[in-house]
Amino acid sequence: MMRLFTAALLPAFALLVTAPTASAVTIEKIVSPSGIEAWLVREQAVPLVTLNYSFHGGGSQDGAEKTGTANLAADLLDEGAGDLDGETFHKRLENHAIELSFQVGRDEFHGSLRSLNEHRVEAFDLLQLALTAPRFEAEAVERVRRQSIAGLQRDTTNPNSIASRRWWQTAFPGHPYGRETKGTLESLPTITADDLRDYVRRVFARNELTVSIVGDVDAKTAGELIDRAFAKLPAKNDLKPVADVKPEGLGRRIVVNLDVPQAVVTFGGQGLARNDPDFMAGYIVNHILGGGSFSSRLYKEVREKRGLAYGVSDSLVWFKRAAVVLGGTATRADRTGDALAIIEAETKRMADDGPTADELAAAKSYLKGAYALSLDTSSKIAAQLTQFQLDRLGIDYMQRRSAMIDAVTLNDAKRVAKRLFGGGMLVTVVGRPKGLVSSGGE
Amino acid sequence: MKFKNNVLLAGALALAVALATPPVMAAETAGGKAAGPRIADFRLANGLALVVIPDHRAPVVTHMIWYKVGAADETPGKSGLAHFLEHLMFKGTAKHPAGQFSTVVARIGGQENAFTSSDYTGYYQRVPSEQLRTVMEFEADRMTGLVLTDAVVLPERDVILEERNQRLENNPRSRLGEQMDAALFLNHPYGKPIIGWRHEMEQLSRDDAIAFYKRFYGPNDAVLVIAGDIEPDAALKLAQDTYGKVKRVDGIASRQRPQEPPQVSPRSLTLADPRVEQPAVQRSYLVPSFATAKANKLSGQSEALEVLGHILGSGSNSRMYRGLVVDKHVAVSAGAYYDSSALDMAKFGFYASPGAGVTLPQLEAEADAVIAQVIDKGVTDEELERAKARMIADAIYAQDNQASMARWYGQALMTGATVDDVRQWPDRIRAVTALQVQDAARQWLDKKRSVTGYLIKDTTPRAEQPAGIQPVKAEKRS
Repeated sequence: MMRLFTAALLPAFALLVTAPTASAVTIEKIVSPSGIEAWLVREQAVPLVTLNYSFHGGGSQDGAEKTGTANLAADLLDEGAGDLDGETFHKRLENHAIELSFQVGRDEFHGSLRSLNEHRVEAFDLLQLALTAPRFEAEAVERVRRQSIAGLQRDTTNPNSIASRRWWQTAFPGHPYGRETKGTLESLPTITADDLRDYVRRVFARNELTVSIVGDVDAKTAGELIDRAFAKLPAKNDLKPVADVKPEGLGRRIVVNLDVPQAVVTFGGQGLARNDPDFMAGYIVNHILGGGSFSSRLYKEVREKRGLAYGVSDSLVWFKRAAVVLGGTATRADRTGDALAIIEAETKRMADDGPTADELAAAKSYLKGAYALSLDTSSKIAAQLTQFQLDRLGIDYMQRRSAMIDAVTLNDAKRVAKRLFGGGMLVTVVGRPKGLVSSGGE
Repeated sequence: MKFKNNVLLAGALALAVALATPPVMAAETAGGKAAGPRIADFRLANGLALVVIPDHRAPVVTHMIWYKVGAADETPGKSGLAHFLEHLMFKGTAKHPAGQFSTVVARIGGQENAFTSSDYTGYYQRVPSEQLRTVMEFEADRMTGLVLTDAVVLPERDVILEERNQRLENNPRSRLGEQMDAALFLNHPYGKPIIGWRHEMEQLSRDDAIAFYKRFYGPNDAVLVIAGDIEPDAALKLAQDTYGKVKRVDGIASRQRPQEPPQVSPRSLTLADPRVEQPAVQRSYLVPSFATAKANKLSGQSEALEVLGHILGSGSNSRMYRGLVVDKHVAVSAGAYYDSSALDMAKFGFYASPGAGVTLPQLEAEADAVIAQVIDKGVTDEELERAKARMIADAIYAQDNQASMARWYGQALMTGATVDDVRQWPDRIRAVTALQVQDAARQWLDKKRSVTGYLIKDTTPRAEQPAGIQPVKAEKRS
């Protein structure tokens, strides 16, 4: 669309492209009395506190036969802890509208807490109980296990789940990243309460703990609250090493037959590590190809011009031991081949020619301006702070980010486009796509 | 007064499910107990209502225009038209060719989308606050300036058909919900799917869209909500400079829909789909919304239903979860819900998925027993207070998110509530008594006003079908 712009409109643009307002967020580094480091943003407008934290050691700590262990543990942390049974624990949370959530990623265990100021001490105490003394009582373990299995059973006929699972299994065979953190119908029945305790014992420790706190709270109080939750944890974790890995199967297409009216497609290839010097250029180039806005090339070609799909996009995804670029779409069965051909052609065109100068300028402008939108609630800010820390971006990253974007030249963008999109893709398709068959495999 | 779940978004940049359940939201705390935002509301000379929700924590604003028209206002035979028009609103105006508005939004670092429900259609941008005027100019222009050609309309019709595939046809649970809505509403157009019935969607045309647009879109039928880094007076000035120049549109049709007759017979249906791996039972009751309770002098009934919904079905200490999943082990999941925001009647529902060896009729009977217990014995004071504390706290949590606040107020104003109604919501929840909750259950959870749906696996052997043909039994499509 940029190329269609008439000269008459350019003056309007000149006005529009102002430097984005500097974010109002000020980050302080604090250290709790027990020595736990955290990043704090003081925010006094709303009387609440938001905590975001992570422990290194997520689903990739699960043994090959016991996938889903970390996830099952996370689902059970609020089902009874210390001297509180599950019912009482939940009542304590609900009476004071305290929110605890636990999620398992491939590399990390993530948690968050949200509480009104008046109940924050209780909130952090309950979190401490959940992390240090979960009960894993038989009744709760079996109940939550049944729920997880029911979900996995549903997944067996869900085209999105199948496409995604097949992609990861094929890209990372034999590596923890190839396994689903939710586990499998085979693994879940074998997980014991001791497995869950073992996960908690090995992962929940202070040495690779990342903590971010946002709210109407001063540094001293924040440190005390952090100690309430985390000071009792063991000093050191006990993790299994995870090997570096690259996605395999690039150039392959796998078609899985499923009787659904719309075929679901997952596609992707080698990505960029977060600390790769080309990361920012890759991030921009990917935004132009298929990133999250109505102006990406894939969106225009697949949806807008041809009506082949409701959505199509891709993004950079990075882990500690691998990086991928991953995308997807869902498209009518009789034209899945067309949609896929367009995605492949656009990816190749980006690899060969890179973006235009106009596209690069527009993407930079978007990525700088839109940043503030990811920082307008306490929960979003806390989550960002944790990610900055995990990615080792530095406490001044927000101030440096715009300049890093501006520093990407058209030549950088072209070079990195080739690097990112020139290596071929692994594609999984689930449905009854007309005329499409698996190819490129053994 | 919670944000509606069954709202369709135009964009679907998120592939998995664009419609993840939004966070529970509530209004600000009333009575100045918590220092909530100072919400201002105005009306321009051309009839446009304006609500401003200042929040200066980040240098961004959320700008939303809401039109009082939704899927329930479509002419019979044109289902899906309100939502189709919402998609087509991105296709350009006489002044700004297709794609220009979106390009500008992207260039300034903004995000945009749109949504359609049975009762309303909305468009929004989230942008750096100094760019507010720009998006207001564009949005005011497309309030009456839309221009459509077949070249853009026809591919977009394919897009909404794919959207239907993605949301409905690929998902057995959604298909059950669609069938249940159709059965619950005997006469009211809420029984139609917002996305539309496929055979009618396939026939929607450019002329249909333009006629619908001219019939319903105009400043006097719209509410503008601006939340974020702006003061009310400045927002008003901007609104006058932009939307204020749009002429009133005379003769905008008012939302008078066919109403339900007395419902006298429980309905039940079964959807069999070969992809079902986890059967389920669901029920929807026809109950008052906030708006119909207010109009019919059923004061407090909608709030009592909200508290009832929370006690019955929200969280792991709810009656449904505790009774069916924890205590009796007959279900692997269970819950209940009520959404008060509808211009006409609302739905109260529950759902449960059976454990191994439990049949759906057994599970339904157990769920009925949980409801009968509430009707006979009422709820405890402890349950009541716990539910209220949680619901009222949500009003404070909502203040942390300007977009949530904007959606909250916009939706309320679209469905018969006023700014004051939203403001006073926590006080009305506080006032609900255990007796009112029990009365609400007794009066409204009446099977004669309900439909019960079973989701089961279709194990009928079927002939091989060509790809692209709906794998659905014929009788389910009619």
